[in-house]
Amino acid sequence: MRKITSAFLASLLVVFALGSTAQAQPTEIQFWYALTGPLAEHTLAQVEDFNASQDQFRVVADFTGSYDETMVAAIAAFRAGTAPHIVQMFEVGTATMMYSGAIKPVFELFEETGVPFERDVFLPAVAGYYSLPDGSMMSMPFNSSTAVMWVNDDALTAAGIDPETVSLETWEEVFEVAQQVVDEGGADCGFSMAWPTWTQFEQFSAVHDVPLASLSNGMEGLGAEMMVNSELHVRHIQNLVDARASGAFTYGGRGNAGDGLFVSGECAIVQGSSALFARVDREAEFDWTMHMLPYYEGTPNAPLNSIIGGASLWVMDEPGRTDEEWQGIAEFFAFLATIDQAEKWHVDSGYLPIRFGIYERLMEEGFYDERPHLRIPYEQLTRGEATANSSGIRLGNLPQIRAIIEEEIELAFEGQQTAQQALDNAVERSNVVLRAFERAQR
Amino acid sequence: MRRRTIFRGKLLPYLLLAPQLAITVVFFFYPAGQAVWQSLLIEDPFGLYSEFVWFENYQIVLSNPLYLEAARVTLIFSVAVTLFAMAPALLLALMADQVIRGSSGYRTLLVWPYAIAPAVAAVLWLFIFHPSIGQVGQGLRALGVPWDYRLDGGQALGLVIFVSAWKQVSYNFLFFLAGLQSIPKTIVEAATVDGATPTRRFVQVIFPLLSPTTFFLLVVNIIYSFFDTFGVIHAITQGGPGRATTTLMYRLYRDGWINLDLGGSSAQSVLLMSAVILLTVIQFRFIERRVHY
Repeated sequence: MRKITSAFLASLLVVFALGSTAQAQPTEIQFWYALTGPLAEHTLAQVEDFNASQDQFRVVADFTGSYDETMVAAIAAFRAGTAPHIVQMFEVGTATMMYSGAIKPVFELFEETGVPFERDVFLPAVAGYYSLPDGSMMSMPFNSSTAVMWVNDDALTAAGIDPETVSLETWEEVFEVAQQVVDEGGADCGFSMAWPTWTQFEQFSAVHDVPLASLSNGMEGLGAEMMVNSELHVRHIQNLVDARASGAFTYGGRGNAGDGLFVSGECAIVQGSSALFARVDREAEFDWTMHMLPYYEGTPNAPLNSIIGGASLWVMDEPGRTDEEWQGIAEFFAFLATIDQAEKWHVDSGYLPIRFGIYERLMEEGFYDERPHLRIPYEQLTRGEATANSSGIRLGNLPQIRAIIEEEIELAFEGQQTAQQALDNAVERSNVVLRAFERAQR
Repeated sequence: MRRRTIFRGKLLPYLLLAPQLAITVVFFFYPAGQAVWQSLLIEDPFGLYSEFVWFENYQIVLSNPLYLEAARVTLIFSVAVTLFAMAPALLLALMADQVIRGSSGYRTLLVWPYAIAPAVAAVLWLFIFHPSIGQVGQGLRALGVPWDYRLDGGQALGLVIFVSAWKQVSYNFLFFLAGLQSIPKTIVEAATVDGATPTRRFVQVIFPLLSPTTFFLLVVNIIYSFFDTFGVIHAITQGGPGRATTTLMYRLYRDGWINLDLGGSSAQSVLLMSAVILLTVIQFRFIERRVHY
């Protein structure tokens, strides 16, 4: 009797299931994102635009904490068999995701679903960061930023420097101006930076066309070794140590701690993310300008392009995904990549235009005349011919390597070791981390 | 002879204990067991590859000089936090015990910090001691003190110790106050009549009678300084500058959550757990003997 009942119930369920398909319930796509504040609103606006543009799929966006937290949450969900379809992952997690075996590469997604997609519309600096050496795109570019130099014009003026004519193209000039600002009382702090490893090593190496790590910064394989103890890197850290002693440089701490030194007006010059704009716009009570990252005079091939930061969208694989789901993800990505949506994203959020055509169009409209801070990061990212040293970074456990480098240079700033010792230690310790990652990927 | 309520049968006590036991099993024994198991594996974060390696993770962890450095930092940190959390609490409790008018007001105020989450307390003090935006930080610099905990390891350690201890003072205060109030007034009065000075009364009468409370708080504070101070360190120094404030707990977090090294961080958590168990056993076996109940 019980068997019959359950068979009856099961058939009822099937009927209902069929019925609901017939009524074309939209297929749900789970999307986990990690942006907050206005950036979250702009992300949700993109999702809403997609949902409104068709009725076959519905993207459901959930905020799952900071980048770190979202990454850990996605991993935990994958282990539990409940991974989201799409997860937003910061650029330093690229290697971890790419080698994980838990993802569906984006190029495969488009091949299998047949959704038209052109990789070539994306900037090489963006697409390359998320592609295999053969050009196969692994994740979908979304919010890309780069490092720039924020300058407090009022502080310069107070120190007797004309912000209109000052040249801050080279490091020599930056140190000199920073020293003058401090000496003349323009600000307590001449120069500082946020995200020390990102700005002073990852971006620095790209701009100077020197390797951060072997095997094209790890792009060509898991066996990469760190190369941050080169003559140029050591010279730069030594210069920072000296500038700290003379008062021109103030260390602002790890992560985004340095951002506060700029918006509060304490530091005249701060290197940080171009995405800091939203905060500078809201909080800074002084005139400011954005400059490109400086370079050491006489370095061959410098200044070259900088590299991106920010995040991309990864497709998480899992048994039981249906064709409709794959289709929905692909359609959503293709929608985000359309020139109108990508332009809207760039203009609203202040992130870089990730594809060709946007910059040219806005330039023609005169949009950038009043907003050079939206134009400069793009121009810096596309200057020169990108080389293996400036096409991106793919190192396992990069967050840990960033922390190691910061630890070691802090000890150098404190005077507990020389710049050379600091970077030798950083290389040695980072290589241990890289070998551990390589081993766990077998 | 004290009257005792006696329940017949063995079932009822176990039934009454069952909810608590179930919680302990689900939230303590099961995860602890998993940590022990994971500490014997080398895995990729997504759990797709896993290799049983016996004690290799422990070997890697223990042969790392930086782990021993973190152990040293933890030792200094824990001793200092325990000391600075308990001594002021005792002093405050002694003073609050004597207050007659408005005593509940004082007590409420003294208990407030305990209600603040560690990370919030840390941010609060960060805004006071920050070298450029903090009032005290600016003041120190104006006086010529080279105050910058972002680069001075000693200052950074001092600051996280201070904030961690500050947060725990309230808790200790409550227990000390309760302990003081349970000391029979007659004994203290007898000592007074015998001509004992306040200092002598404290050293020879009150403090020994307070020893069960002190002992209990010692255990609780050491465990607190090992495990619950993560939020403070994370919010103020993130283990830096250099490795000046990287305690064993912070190292474990970084290896597990940032580095995604599950085997290594599990091994570290098993080691940490063993250390605390060992410490507690030592305390109960050797120190408790000197405690007057």
